[in-house]
Amino acid sequence: MRARAGEVVVFGLIVAGLLGILGGLVLTVGALGNPERVTLVVVAQLATVLIVLFTLLAIVVLTLVWLERKQLARMQSRVGPTRVGPFGLLQPVADAIKLLMKEDVAPATSSKLLFFVAPLLVFVPAFVVWLTIPFARDVVVRSLDMGLFFFIAVSVLSIVGLVLAGWSSGSKYAVLGGIRAAAQLISYEIPIIMTVLTVAMLADSMSFVVVVEAQRTVPFIVLQPLGFIVFFVAGLAEVGRTPFDVYSAESEIVGGPFVEYSGAHWAIFFLAEYVNTFVIGAVAALLFLGGWSWPFGDLPAAAGVALFLGKTYLVVMMIFWVRATYPRLRIDQLMSLGWKVLIPLSFAVVVATAVQLFYDWPRWTLPVMSLAVLAVPVVMQLRMGRRRALAEARRYAERAVVVEAQPRPQRPQEAGA
Amino acid sequence: MTTEQQHETVDMMLNMGPQHPATHGVFRMVLTIDGERVIDVTPHIGYLHRGSEKLCEHESYGQVVTLFDRLDYVANLNNELVFCRAAERLMDIEVPERAQYIRVALCELNRLASHLLFLGTYAIDLGAMTPIMYGFRERERIQNLFEAVTGARMMHNYIRIGGVKEDVPADFVPRTRAVLEDVRKGVDEIDRLLTFNEVFLARTKGVGVIDAATAVSCGLTGPSLRASGVAYDVRKDDPYEVYPYLGFQVPVGHDGDCWDRYYVRLLECHQSIHMITQCLDQMEPGPTMTQRRRIARPPKGEAYVHCENPRGDIGVFVVSDGTDKPYRVKVRPPSFCNLVALRPMMRGAYIADAVAILGSIDIVLGEVDR
Repeated sequence: MRARAGEVVVFGLIVAGLLGILGGLVLTVGALGNPERVTLVVVAQLATVLIVLFTLLAIVVLTLVWLERKQLARMQSRVGPTRVGPFGLLQPVADAIKLLMKEDVAPATSSKLLFFVAPLLVFVPAFVVWLTIPFARDVVVRSLDMGLFFFIAVSVLSIVGLVLAGWSSGSKYAVLGGIRAAAQLISYEIPIIMTVLTVAMLADSMSFVVVVEAQRTVPFIVLQPLGFIVFFVAGLAEVGRTPFDVYSAESEIVGGPFVEYSGAHWAIFFLAEYVNTFVIGAVAALLFLGGWSWPFGDLPAAAGVALFLGKTYLVVMMIFWVRATYPRLRIDQLMSLGWKVLIPLSFAVVVATAVQLFYDWPRWTLPVMSLAVLAVPVVMQLRMGRRRALAEARRYAERAVVVEAQPRPQRPQEAGA
Repeated sequence: MTTEQQHETVDMMLNMGPQHPATHGVFRMVLTIDGERVIDVTPHIGYLHRGSEKLCEHESYGQVVTLFDRLDYVANLNNELVFCRAAERLMDIEVPERAQYIRVALCELNRLASHLLFLGTYAIDLGAMTPIMYGFRERERIQNLFEAVTGARMMHNYIRIGGVKEDVPADFVPRTRAVLEDVRKGVDEIDRLLTFNEVFLARTKGVGVIDAATAVSCGLTGPSLRASGVAYDVRKDDPYEVYPYLGFQVPVGHDGDCWDRYYVRLLECHQSIHMITQCLDQMEPGPTMTQRRRIARPPKGEAYVHCENPRGDIGVFVVSDGTDKPYRVKVRPPSFCNLVALRPMMRGAYIADAVAILGSIDIVLGEVDR
């Protein structure tokens, strides 16, 4: 019974720590939103909103897990979860309960404090980003003028948690994973920042709401298709999903920084991963797909939220689709893709946008420039890929050794018959 | 003075296995790594050692077949065949033609099943999770067919000394044709999804290269050897059973990298389908077991027989002292011999490549350790 009491205390401490960190952030964000005064009422309002937001996010994560499993299953000719609840809808809930009831083990070689703090450091930034992400024009916790900047600044924080988790686990696999995570996330932060900058230039603002309002007639994906592609690919890497799941590579370093975690702490990492995936989907929807707006006039708030969520899930489902299709890149290939392809492309996006804006060229020149830049690698890749496949087929056909069938000797019975 | 001279640096040892998702069982390798680079690799085997060869000395010839089932547990029938052929050579038994056709058809089906498993697990090693579902779906059809023919999904004990246990079911031929049609589609599906996928090419092209001379000197056999450009196939060079009456191609690679080892196996799937179709066409009714009565005690002597397993050239050396139990059985397991090439392939590769390379030589630990 004492062990159970201990667990309760630990769990309480975790919750208290989480709430403490959140409280601090609430104060900060409150101060950011209303710089002149932070009253108790404001804090209480924010706290309520945060709890609602947290619940919503938990539900979103559960639906995402279910969606991913079902979608992958369909793509892999399986059925996916069916047992718990209708269509297996409650499967993630059952999994969550199972995880929370498991024993929380820390390896003897780990440094316990850092080991248990690391999941929070990954989770809190993932959650805090949602403070500035608007679901519709007025459905937002705090609409910051620097919303895009806040998104970048906070989302990059999770690297610290991953490196810390890798280092404090006292496991070589985890260390490798932590170092890979640091290299990967920092590299891929640059193309994300550049594409976000492009959007800010196009909308002439860093506020999510203004950015969405600017896309009322034409979503930015039409104006800057290359920007969207760069953002999507870098976003995949940023949340560590296939083909960029290098830092948690299951078949190489067995989960990387997460390898030693179990129970509730592992669940927090899991939660963070899915929240991050949803963040990338939501930000892509806001920055490039027009968020809650559509070109045919204004929508009521509820319909706007639905439209925004629909677009977000669309991007998220694309992420899952990629997962069902691609193998994993190697770490050096990942880095060279980031530094030699995505970063130059993202600079090209910024330069093209700047040129269009500076010389005040007509808007249609922007997608033309963007697609022209995109066309070069795509055409090269497609041509090379086709040529390579044909060449391989020819080489194999040339080298294959043909064994001719010998005539069968007549069977004695047949000869006699 | 460089940093390395100031501070004495040591290479990191990374232990992979025996419990690791990518070592295909209980294989263990200790990697010496410098950052992400593998400097050296030390394989450790023996975690699945059951003393099969010694156990054979305590079983009668007929019972040894069951032990061979458990060597390469992904290609059971191929193993059964090689021991039965060794025993038949000792006893000088002629196997009826129908039994030979059944044997070859089933062995090629088993090769197909084994290669399908390889295609799936190799994709898993590289982080692609879909091909294994396709691979297993098709392999399941073959397993169901095996169940109908032999009564068991894996440990068949179907190929017996002197023939096969019993004739195949009446609907064997049409059913197999239907299965083959499905499997061909499944293999094509994996082919389209994986073979020329840019990421897959990046991960496998030029990785784990082994040239023909080194491959031969390491004792590499099977698809792993053919990928290096050596057209050695026991079915072609030392044909057994009814293989001479079957026309087929031996796909040969050129670079000897992981991609070639993968692609050779993929092409072999199509060749196996072709061979099985020919077997089904040529099969004629007849006895499936030799008419010789006394086969329990071979005369004194010894026999060495080798066959082409999915993983390579499997050889069995049987010594008889005239009793009903073999005096000594020695297996030349292709997986074990192929492992010799691990170190030359892996040096200088990345950690991720180590997994890709180990996967590409497709070892089965039941056969490595025996």
